[in-house]
Amino acid sequence: MIALVALAVPFVAAVLAPLLGRFLSRWLAIVLSLFPLVLFLFWLRLVPFFTGGERESIGVPWIPSFGVEFSVLLDGLSLTFALLVSGIGTLIVLFAGAYLKGDERLPRFLCYLFLFMGAMQGLVLADDLIMLFVFWELTSISSFLLIGFERERMASRRAAIQALVVTGLGGLSLLAGFLLIRYASGASSMSELLAMENGLRDLPVYLACFILVLGGAFTKSAQFPFHFWLPNAMEAPTPVSAYLHSATMVKAGVYLLMRLQPAMGDTILWETVLPVFGAITLLVGTILGLRQTDLKLVLAYTTVASLGLLVMLTGFGTEGAIAGAVLYLVAHSLFKGGLFMVAGGIDHEAGSRDLRQLSGLRHGMPLTFAIALLCALSMGGLPPFVGFLAKEELYYGLVGDDAWSMALLAVAVIGNGLMLALGFIVGLRPFLGKDMKAPKKAHEGPLDLWIGPAVLAVCGLGAGILYRFFHEMISIPMASAIAGQPVPVEISPIPHLSIAFYLTLLTIALGVGIYLLQDSLRAGVDRTLTALGWGPDRGFDQAIAGLTTVSHRITYFFQNGRLDIYMTTVFCALAFTVLFSLSFFAETPALPEWPALAIHEWTILLIIVVGIGTVIMAHNRLTAIVSLGIQGFGVAVLFMLQGAPDLSFTQFMVETLSVVILALVMTRIPLAKTDHRSNPEKLVDGGIAILCGIGIGALLLSVTQTPFDGRLSEFYEQFSRTIAHGRNIVNVIIVDFRGLDTLGEIAVVMVAGLAVLGLIRIRRPRIEDIATPTGDRS
Amino acid sequence: METALSIVVGLLFASAVYLMLSLHTIRILLGVVLLGNSVNLLIFTAGRFRSDVPPIIPIDSYVPTTDVANPLPQALILTAIVISFSFFVFLLVLAYRAYQDLGTDDSDKMRLAEPVGDDTPPQGY
Repeated sequence: MIALVALAVPFVAAVLAPLLGRFLSRWLAIVLSLFPLVLFLFWLRLVPFFTGGERESIGVPWIPSFGVEFSVLLDGLSLTFALLVSGIGTLIVLFAGAYLKGDERLPRFLCYLFLFMGAMQGLVLADDLIMLFVFWELTSISSFLLIGFERERMASRRAAIQALVVTGLGGLSLLAGFLLIRYASGASSMSELLAMENGLRDLPVYLACFILVLGGAFTKSAQFPFHFWLPNAMEAPTPVSAYLHSATMVKAGVYLLMRLQPAMGDTILWETVLPVFGAITLLVGTILGLRQTDLKLVLAYTTVASLGLLVMLTGFGTEGAIAGAVLYLVAHSLFKGGLFMVAGGIDHEAGSRDLRQLSGLRHGMPLTFAIALLCALSMGGLPPFVGFLAKEELYYGLVGDDAWSMALLAVAVIGNGLMLALGFIVGLRPFLGKDMKAPKKAHEGPLDLWIGPAVLAVCGLGAGILYRFFHEMISIPMASAIAGQPVPVEISPIPHLSIAFYLTLLTIALGVGIYLLQDSLRAGVDRTLTALGWGPDRGFDQAIAGLTTVSHRITYFFQNGRLDIYMTTVFCALAFTVLFSLSFFAETPALPEWPALAIHEWTILLIIVVGIGTVIMAHNRLTAIVSLGIQGFGVAVLFMLQGAPDLSFTQFMVETLSVVILALVMTRIPLAKTDHRSNPEKLVDGGIAILCGIGIGALLLSVTQTPFDGRLSEFYEQFSRTIAHGRNIVNVIIVDFRGLDTLGEIAVVMVAGLAVLGLIRIRRPRIEDIATPTGDRS
Repeated sequence: METALSIVVGLLFASAVYLMLSLHTIRILLGVVLLGNSVNLLIFTAGRFRSDVPPIIPIDSYVPTTDVANPLPQALILTAIVISFSFFVFLLVLAYRAYQDLGTDDSDKMRLAEPVGDDTPPQGY
């Protein structure tokens, strides 16, 4: 149960950050880093209980009516991720405190950071599918807030929106996938899915589930062709890049694939699509990374590549490949988080991140140099670092005697060689060479700026040396959880002659070669890409521009500011709705008999019709007004004849007033004598009008041909005097039975009156004055 | 009677629509008045014509002693007349003020709030 409480801890810190920010300006980050530290120790304490491949789900009902639970799933996989999130989170909070020291935005930044931490921790621990999705979206949102942190820069806003759009669309895809899985398999949580005999493989909708889940995982983990948002996300402050965009969030997609491996893996589809996309991403990421000169961008592209490698290994699915993926995932979080913080430290202390400007930093920043070198060695996969374990293991896992394994092995070797070179480009090159003319005099930063990367670098070394302990506590439980069965991991940092060792030597040779040739290779890649001229990143811009243009066109089509078009649309829709539903539901009225009316009734109707006709035909505005009065009086007389004296009086009064006011106002406006419309326009408008008239007339006729239900009228007749003590039933309805409605009506009249008063009293400047704001406003 | 009035309602409605499709605010106003009358008659007709005796209870009785006209549509229309009248007056003054300030009674030329040709959407982030 306490694990459920632990999920809330980062959110508490997120709330506290802005509150405490005022009192603890200098100590804020240090105090707040205790929160993730406590979490880290809490998860660490649980690790020994899950070393044997145990799995436990704890939950409470959340939305019982939908069968949604608030539940956590504890096993080797989720615990390792929880340790990464909270452990690296602690260091990142410290680092952020130093990186943004004295910046008044620090409390806000830490608030967002903790928001993300809570979301990410929830994501990796969630058992229920819907709960997992909620946290998944929360990571997208907090990532948006963090990337766009420097909101005054457009590049930053663009990157934030891009990340949100790409990962948000992926999130929707994932939601659809989860709902489909829930619907098709009946399992609503990961633990139920994993407990199923044959997983989802036999479902008829397996293909749809597969595509939808991949849509979520590939966008989040920046797989080709969705890789472009991740390098752009480097617009974020460096702590964010180190934490979200290398160590944790971008691994959410990989986590999801690893988590679903026992339920969805082991199919031809899974074992083809994942390695292919992973391999392409690995190569694309490393090659594009070679082009960059910005330290953070180099790292970002290697992150893309590493994610590709992880997806490839997860998809390959052999025990060795999974063990390799596990080792590589942990190793990558350690060395890449460290390198990012090193890059941030260099940026902070030397004032630049550009490779072409940086050199000779070893004199000014020896400690940073040592840390960077440790991380780069781990990234390069040299013994005795944990990166070496990962690379050996994944080579073992991929080795096979068929062409498929050989191809993936070749990709892995090339990719690792390139990554080795890129690792040293970041971790070695800025420190070598002669002293530079830096924007700032490079010097070592304060303790909290280098303690984070130092701890990560030492962990990378420690995990390699204490490999037995590391395997027992982390690698084996996590690999077993992914594979769904016990996986032995025994790789040691002591080199011994084997195929993997030869491949490692080959990788190192390749990497060193690329490192030495980097400048000419960079120029080559740059030329090729410039010649190509188009990529998904530009495609994103085009898609967004197209979207705004299309939506603007649609809006402009419907809301073009022309009253007559609105009117035409409304009345066409009215005519269509009435006529279509009458004919579609076969409710057209029966042909009525010729009405048998008395002579005076005919006369009144005739007067009304003549009145209407004259209003339309009138060439003179006074004629039109008077004819309007005629038809109105005709209606009033009709009310009188049909037993409605109250209506009749009101109608007489209102018609008289209308005619008087109209006559008063209209004489002040010079009216065009005739209708402005040309004959074809008249024909079209007349057609619409006639259709509307026929529709309404037929509707009314159809209504009068149905039996009449008089219960409500009878109610009023029965109780008008006995309850409400009034003899005039109409009046009783208005002032008594429906008194509140009448109050509303009076309010409407009053508001209209006030509006009229306002219109008359307030003199606005004339249009010419509005057009020329410099005009006389006295 | 219902049949004849259905036709009249249709006629009123068609004329109202025809006038409201015009560009001139004055014609639109005339259309609004006709539309109000048309809808009032529609409600009236839908309530049927049982009797032409006004719905008033005789002084010595607690319920109507003979068939009376349907009181319910009358109550509805009474409200509707008043509301449509205030609406009409508001529109009339609005049209008049628009004419005073904008110098036109052509609804197509009243483009102060939505100028013509403003069809480039904002780009960028």
